[in-house]
Amino acid sequence: MAEAASVAAESLAGSRARAARTVLGQVVLPGEELLLPEQEDAEGPGGAVERPLSLNAGARSRVRVVCGPGLRRCGDRLLVTKCGRLRHKEPGSGSGGGVYWVDSQQKRYVPVKGDHVIGIVTAKSGDIFKVDVGGSEPASLSYLSFEGATKRNRPNVQVGDLIYGQFVVANKDMEPEMVCIDSCGRANGMGVIGQDGLLFKVTLGLIRKLLAPDCEIIQEVGKLYPLEIVFGMNGRIWVKAKTIQQTLILANILEACEHMTSDQRKQIFSRLAES
Amino acid sequence: MEEEMHTDAKIRAETGTGSSPRGPGCSLRHFACEQNLLSRPDGSASFLQGVAEKSRERLIRNTCEAVVLGTLHPRTSITVVLQVVSDAGSLLACCLNAACMALVDAGVPMRALFCGVTCALDSDGTLMLDPTSKQEKEARAVLTFALDSVERKLLMSSTKGLYSDAELQQCLAAAQAASQHVFRFYRESLQRRYSKS
Repeated sequence: MAEAASVAAESLAGSRARAARTVLGQVVLPGEELLLPEQEDAEGPGGAVERPLSLNAGARSRVRVVCGPGLRRCGDRLLVTKCGRLRHKEPGSGSGGGVYWVDSQQKRYVPVKGDHVIGIVTAKSGDIFKVDVGGSEPASLSYLSFEGATKRNRPNVQVGDLIYGQFVVANKDMEPEMVCIDSCGRANGMGVIGQDGLLFKVTLGLIRKLLAPDCEIIQEVGKLYPLEIVFGMNGRIWVKAKTIQQTLILANILEACEHMTSDQRKQIFSRLAES
Repeated sequence: MEEEMHTDAKIRAETGTGSSPRGPGCSLRHFACEQNLLSRPDGSASFLQGVAEKSRERLIRNTCEAVVLGTLHPRTSITVVLQVVSDAGSLLACCLNAACMALVDAGVPMRALFCGVTCALDSDGTLMLDPTSKQEKEARAVLTFALDSVERKLLMSSTKGLYSDAELQQCLAAAQAASQHVFRFYRESLQRRYSKS
């Protein structure tokens, strides 16, 4: 039985490092070590493989692998730091061994540069707004980071407003900074989110699922009622439909979709479409 | 590690956490209070009743600190709240397991998983793993170990009672063997959770 074999394997050596390729799509736990493809040849069965010494040390092809969320470099191996499914993305073009990352489910958001998030303005001090993005620190947003904002033409932002923006600075050592313009100076959908509507929180995994290309849930929801929806990578969703009741129904559906199978979801949608 | 640990069977050990009566008819445990310990709030105080709870918290905290990658989250505090629903023996080991699972669920980056295993030695020298409350009370010594998942190394040990050096090693070996069952349970439980999505 596979279970007996895995128990035996565990008892032999606390945790042997496994090749990353063989573990793709499986659940990995913190503390496991993964070998990158270039090291598999060196390890070999038993480890005592004779290799001809090469005078030209650079001849061995080095593959540059990007270490994504949930993984850390540990010597020349990858150490798993979060629990989740191991994923890999092949490099689109050019060099590189692609990206490895751990797809984990969590509720707590950690600011990452380039992420688009929904924040709530909590304070206005001088030229900076303090925006709560759900991280450990509020992000700072300058009043000049809006489309068409100048020193004389200030944007109309009040405490309590919802802002959709992206991070330009987000690392563990500094306070996160966000802006509501892209690199060309255009708003591109970012800025203050309009009146009414409902903001609610979901897990980060659900947001990623909803933002994946060809997500069925969004297509089905779109057929149900006309709506406006904004997704923040920090787990926040803002929804607005014609009436409050429709807005609440949409919010409940999106919150529940995490735990429903696709059949249950289709049933609920068909029932709502009838009524 | 708790102060009650001894390696030599000849020395009589204290049975630790008992009450220290202050006078006839007073059955309250020891108190300790500290005030104004936090600078930000207007007022703060810490009140301690009974020494056992504080050391249990300290043990769990030290184990978590050894395993959590705190350098990835500077200027951040991670609070672990443990609520005892029912105590059927091996409470500290159960708290350690719960804390580990909660940290994994929260997505806190860790360098390994950890688990707690309790051993009890009764008067004959028989070793019992995961004792019930009754077995713990009647045992001559109760030892709790926290082990990590990578190489089954010892992260924390908390012991109470009378035991010899050889018995300590025996209990540690038994706990290491038992820990793999706990880690296998963690793995199955997490796989079940991720298979739903």
